[in-house]
Amino acid sequence: MALLSEEQILLRDAAKAWVADKAPVAALRKLRDDDQWRTGHDKSLWSEMAAMGWTGVIIPEDFGGSEFGYRSLGLILEETGRTLVASPLHSSALAAASALVLAGDDHQKSAYLPKIADGSLIAALAVDESAHHAPSRITSSAVAHNEGYKLFGKKRFIPDAGSADVLIVAARTSGTPGETSGISLFIVPASSPGVTVQALHAVDNRGVADVTFSDVQLGKDALLGTPGEGWPVLSQTLDRARAGLAAEMLGTATQAFEITLDYLKTRNQFGQLIGSFQALQHRAAKMFTELELTRSAVEAALEAIDTGSSDAAALVSLAKAKANDTLHLVSNEMVQMHGGIGMTDAHDAGLYMKRARVAEALYGSSSFHRDRFATLGGF
Amino acid sequence: MTATIAANASDIDAFRMETRAWLEAHCPPSMRTPMPESEAPWGGRKAVWKHPDAKAWLDAMASRGWTAPTWPKAYGGGGLSNEQARVLNQELARIKARPALFSFGLWMLGPVLLEYANEEQKLEFLPKIARGEIRWCQGYSEPGAGSDLASLQTRCEDKGDHFLINGQKVWTSYADQADWIFCLVRTDTTRKHEGISFILFDMTTPGVDPRPIRLISGQSPFCETFFTDVKVPKTQLVGRLNGGWDIAKRLLQFERQNISAGGFGGGAGLELEEVALTHAGAIDGKIADADLRMRIAAHKMDARAFNLTVRRVEQEAKGGKGLGPAASIIKYAAATINQHKCELMVEALGADGLGWDGPGFAPEAMRETRAWLRSKGNSIEGGTSEINLNVVSKRVLGLNDHQ
Repeated sequence: MALLSEEQILLRDAAKAWVADKAPVAALRKLRDDDQWRTGHDKSLWSEMAAMGWTGVIIPEDFGGSEFGYRSLGLILEETGRTLVASPLHSSALAAASALVLAGDDHQKSAYLPKIADGSLIAALAVDESAHHAPSRITSSAVAHNEGYKLFGKKRFIPDAGSADVLIVAARTSGTPGETSGISLFIVPASSPGVTVQALHAVDNRGVADVTFSDVQLGKDALLGTPGEGWPVLSQTLDRARAGLAAEMLGTATQAFEITLDYLKTRNQFGQLIGSFQALQHRAAKMFTELELTRSAVEAALEAIDTGSSDAAALVSLAKAKANDTLHLVSNEMVQMHGGIGMTDAHDAGLYMKRARVAEALYGSSSFHRDRFATLGGF
Repeated sequence: MTATIAANASDIDAFRMETRAWLEAHCPPSMRTPMPESEAPWGGRKAVWKHPDAKAWLDAMASRGWTAPTWPKAYGGGGLSNEQARVLNQELARIKARPALFSFGLWMLGPVLLEYANEEQKLEFLPKIARGEIRWCQGYSEPGAGSDLASLQTRCEDKGDHFLINGQKVWTSYADQADWIFCLVRTDTTRKHEGISFILFDMTTPGVDPRPIRLISGQSPFCETFFTDVKVPKTQLVGRLNGGWDIAKRLLQFERQNISAGGFGGGAGLELEEVALTHAGAIDGKIADADLRMRIAAHKMDARAFNLTVRRVEQEAKGGKGLGPAASIIKYAAATINQHKCELMVEALGADGLGWDGPGFAPEAMRETRAWLRSKGNSIEGGTSEINLNVVSKRVLGLNDHQ
């Protein structure tokens, strides 16, 4: 793994400072208390993030971005993950933007990427249809109609779909659920007739929605990539989304651990700091071990994407599975080690644990990624 | 600045080319094949060279100081920069060269002698280590001093013109095959950590008696070693009298790093997923036992994350930041992950992995069975996992003892 460049260190430090100043956990709490779960983010914070160039990090310079790479965007997501910043940064500037960068023609790129890069347009990636991440099993369909396509189907629990202007939708133009051939990608404006977005109030108070497509008429320019052969692009797009989310989760887990460690050094019982008890010390040391292993996996996955390594898929599944397991462990221990105060709404532990479970489910559970890692490894 | 970098880059390229040519000329083809454990090149006065080319390979590497690439040339090393040493390692890996020398002297003792020994001692001991002439063993643990190493009781008395040593060590690796020992002894009975000294002596000195210990794996890599009125010249004390504990701890760092770099279990042996596919059956190219398959996947992912972490620690160290906090978890993680692998291997082998000896069991399967038994020591040797977790808690996380 390459060490960070000077520019990357500056970027990370700027993100750290901004997050601490403008978007502490209190910002998420306020979003929740103001009942803003339908939009799922604070628009003024989003404008500031865009103004800092965060929305253009993986977008080519020709289309208004800085082309600074996934490792760099991962550094920002790690910092926003630390304080549970609610924003469409991952959905729009990473997941949806990746699909457009990978498969868009010049016209499509010019139409959408500059607006994603300057934050004026929010895009979201709509793939999953059931309670579990299973991209090969999609059933939504698009049939040729009026020199374009008609889109039918229902997408489940799509991050930031409620605030998205444009959806990148995976649908079948042929094949049956379970087959990877026959999948195509479409660019669908959320305002298209027949698109219904049902915002959901999830445990983490971040924007997430169900989306229904009923007879949605699309022009032929809505097709992203080659009809029926969207699987390779979808896989690469999902891998970018998974690695980016793993980076965010690494930040969340690291912060949850540091808050907990701090508590072990301040809470007194039996006339001792509770951090002097070996039962807690060893659990803390094991969490630290898992965090270090996870960090190595996340950095390697992002770097593999940037360098176009043939090993990227396996490293991404490794990173997402480790991030899932580590955040699961740390978020549970955060509640337990805080004792009663960790069960109260006034404490942040619950917010970390609720976000943890949502992030674990998005873009593949640990079981999904272990199965994929084994399959990629030939066993 | 750019010009300097370019000059360095061309220097290192030239070094790489020169190294590659030299290795091509001097590494025998037989030394570019996988090394069976029985052919490990431990060197020393009692060395048995099962493969005749192994001695020639060692001598060739030692002639350039490349068994200890970064040690100064005056002490038998190669005098290479870290960058050059990295290139040498890459070039050795490129031709799949066997290690020229396995040695506790190289891995553990040498680095602390460079830091703590006087000039005469460095000139006396380091070149012999680099050439593989003296095989060393480690006299640390005692029956009453395991995890609490500083409670060691082996007595070392000042008799004017010599020291006199009495006591017992245990878990001395290969003491029966070693030529010399680096040993922790008590030189002051009134103080604990401040009463320990670090001393070197010849295992053929009268009164030294190593006895191999048979392990659950059937092997005897460790001894208990008895000392009865062992006379040691005073010039063989390293560092200050009663100043041995700092040296002892420093050496343990090198020991844990060394364990880390290689991990446990080495690279040889059967491939876990292959064993599961052939022994537990396959459906559509997948291990038929779905639960076993997922547990193997989880293990292989941990092993991969561990290897990535070792690489990250090395990169951060080379980047000039020194050993970061990640280094502290390496020994604990290595032990846990290797033990997990060994358990899965025996499980995947099923009945074929439960043989001890004789016909009916494949030798390579029995090697895995013995490796599984041996792996139980991974979380005990070189600091137990519990001690390692204590070290992480206290030194890295800043969690203190009871006040």
